[in-house]
Amino acid sequence: MSIKIGEIPYKERIQNGIKDDFMRQAVSSAQGRFRTGRLTQAAELGNWEDWRDLGEEIRTHTLENLDYYLHQLSEQVARRGGHVFFAETAEEANQYVKSIIQKKQAKKVVKAKSMVTEEIGLNKALEEVGAEVVESDLGEWILQLDEDPPSHIVTPALHKNKQQIRETFAKKKGYTGSDTPEELAAFAREQLRQDFLSADVGVTGCNFAIAESGSITLVTNEGNAEMVTSLPDTVITVMGMERIVPTWEEMEVLVSLLTRAAVGQKLTSYITAITGAGLELEVDSPEEFHLVIVDNGRSKILGTEFQSALHCIRCAACINACPVYRHIGGHAYNSIYPGPIGAVITPLLEGYDDHKELPYASTLCAACTEACPVKIPLHEHLIRHRQIIVEKEKGPTAEKLMMKGFAAWASNPAIYNMSAKMAKPALGPWTKDGMIENGPGPLKAWTEVRDFYAPQGQSFRSWFKQRQKDGESK
Amino acid sequence: MKVSLFSTCLSDILFADVAKNTLEILERVGCEVDYPMEQTCCGQPAYNSGYLQEAKASMKQMMKAFRHSEYVVGPSGSCVSMLKEYPHIFKGDPEWEEEAKVFAAKCYEITEFLVDVMGITDLGSTFKGRVTFHSSCHMKRLLGVKEQPKILLRNVEGVELVDLPWEEDCCGFGGTFAVKNPVISQEMVSEKSRHVSETQAEYLVGADMGCLMNIGGRMEREGKKVKIIHITEILNTH
Ligand code: SF4
Repeated sequence: MSIKIGEIPYKERIQNGIKDDFMRQAVSSAQGRFRTGRLTQAAELGNWEDWRDLGEEIRTHTLENLDYYLHQLSEQVARRGGHVFFAETAEEANQYVKSIIQKKQAKKVVKAKSMVTEEIGLNKALEEVGAEVVESDLGEWILQLDEDPPSHIVTPALHKNKQQIRETFAKKKGYTGSDTPEELAAFAREQLRQDFLSADVGVTGCNFAIAESGSITLVTNEGNAEMVTSLPDTVITVMGMERIVPTWEEMEVLVSLLTRAAVGQKLTSYITAITGAGLELEVDSPEEFHLVIVDNGRSKILGTEFQSALHCIRCAACINACPVYRHIGGHAYNSIYPGPIGAVITPLLEGYDDHKELPYASTLCAACTEACPVKIPLHEHLIRHRQIIVEKEKGPTAEKLMMKGFAAWASNPAIYNMSAKMAKPALGPWTKDGMIENGPGPLKAWTEVRDFYAPQGQSFRSWFKQRQKDGESK
Repeated sequence: MKVSLFSTCLSDILFADVAKNTLEILERVGCEVDYPMEQTCCGQPAYNSGYLQEAKASMKQMMKAFRHSEYVVGPSGSCVSMLKEYPHIFKGDPEWEEEAKVFAAKCYEITEFLVDVMGITDLGSTFKGRVTFHSSCHMKRLLGVKEQPKILLRNVEGVELVDLPWEEDCCGFGGTFAVKNPVISQEMVSEKSRHVSETQAEYLVGADMGCLMNIGGRMEREGKKVKIIHITEILNTH
């Protein structure tokens, strides 16, 4: 897989999302839960806004000194017996991981949840060299069995209900139990336990890499990362080059923001850390550890006005806050990164050609910007994307002409005055009882869905002029 | 206090009563109000669609129109939040940067102006009815004005204010969004309309005609009896 999920055109994807009643119900209730959780946690903390400021400061500082911290990280990993590989592209990253799998003659790879390995399509690459790849995050495992892409960056199987999951388990794994969550989870646990024990290599993503100690930390609720990093002898971590913090202190702040913003938890059940390989004092340290740092288009964003998009800590608070996402679901974005953050970074990482609708799939209500724990101005980035798309558009389009007209109208009070006078008589033929049900020209799209209000009477400015005249003559 | 009224193009042309009520309220609380005739539109339709040059043409016109004003006050959180963005938009423009800063600093939304600048929380108004309040996204998030309209509404005699479920959610207007993504917009506004119905309010009050005409237009289409009403109409009663 890559960032793009498939080839279904935008309009069709929107329709599919809107028609999917179950998905919408699931998303809506999850959004309700997550939002309330986030707000309760923020209120409990008391000074949430100060925390956000701190989060923003940490991310800004780190990204501004990214070279320095990446260098420090790789030195520290190497000092503690790990290997570091910088991959400029997805292919390079996959190639490197493949080479280790081949060298180890690994048959089975067990994985902890990772967005960046989705992004580079690692599973497919490893299957090509004959390895069996097993996702161990429950949501990811369900999707893997069902060959379905994720629709959310924290809870990837959000769009599925327990009946669907039961069916998947039955079809793919011979499950015969009920659809109670406990029984389903127990079954998954039993199945995955076998995989943990028989895996040759563990592959993880990374929530925060800590430059000062060369450690990788993973935040989970299921504890699966714990198994992936301690049972197999060889562990490979793949991280986006921006997932880094200077020290454990900053990590603590960001984890506090992450878990609260993501699901309204003070802390997740597990925070797993890997520091190097073969260390005597660490009983569960792997024998061999590789860190793959992936660029894949990120360094192109550095130094641009979109740099703050790299501050993202993948908490999905913006997705949970988004009313557009609620109605269309994650798959409609056609990106493994859906929702507001997806609409911002997908075109940055993969270009506009396949994703030019995304920056417009927002009302610019700024619910995302308000929710983001590290204060990324998501809605402003969407506007900037629109400006770039407009600049790139060659030749005249109806919209361009309309906007030229707007500029002429709004910068010339004489033209504006005229239109204010003309609006009511001009719309007269379509008006009935003060409403327009079937408007002409640009009003057509509007009135397909809702009525339009005809001008109440004369414009305010005519009224005001008259009032002044009357006042003077009194 | 000298105040210039910013009517917003929407109220000027479609909803003149909103601008009239705003004017009368300002006069009632003792402001000396003028209306610069050179004003047009805040530029948001072009700006939010990505047409920066076109938006700037409109914005420059606005700055010129209000050059001599002490305060600029208007009945729309969304349009005022656009005016407040000018310094950000003209940053690095030697001719307009300073003026944009001076201009933005004197712009206020009407309820914000009444409560924060004039220190008024009770206008002595009377209005009978069960109402629910839709807070516009730009007003509460970009302008940061959340409580002021509700403080004023709660002090109106006869008003029964009930909470709107999922109040924080956008109504689905979003300027050209309604036209570019009509299907999503329809889902959003229909959901908003359902939430309004749940409150059993007779009136949906708001401080932004953009949202109100979207939700109201949808409710009309659905044959609902709820009336939309701009907050200034309630406040401008005795
Ligand atoms: S953009 Fe902000 S809110 Fe959205 S996932 Fe990233 S950190 Fe979370």
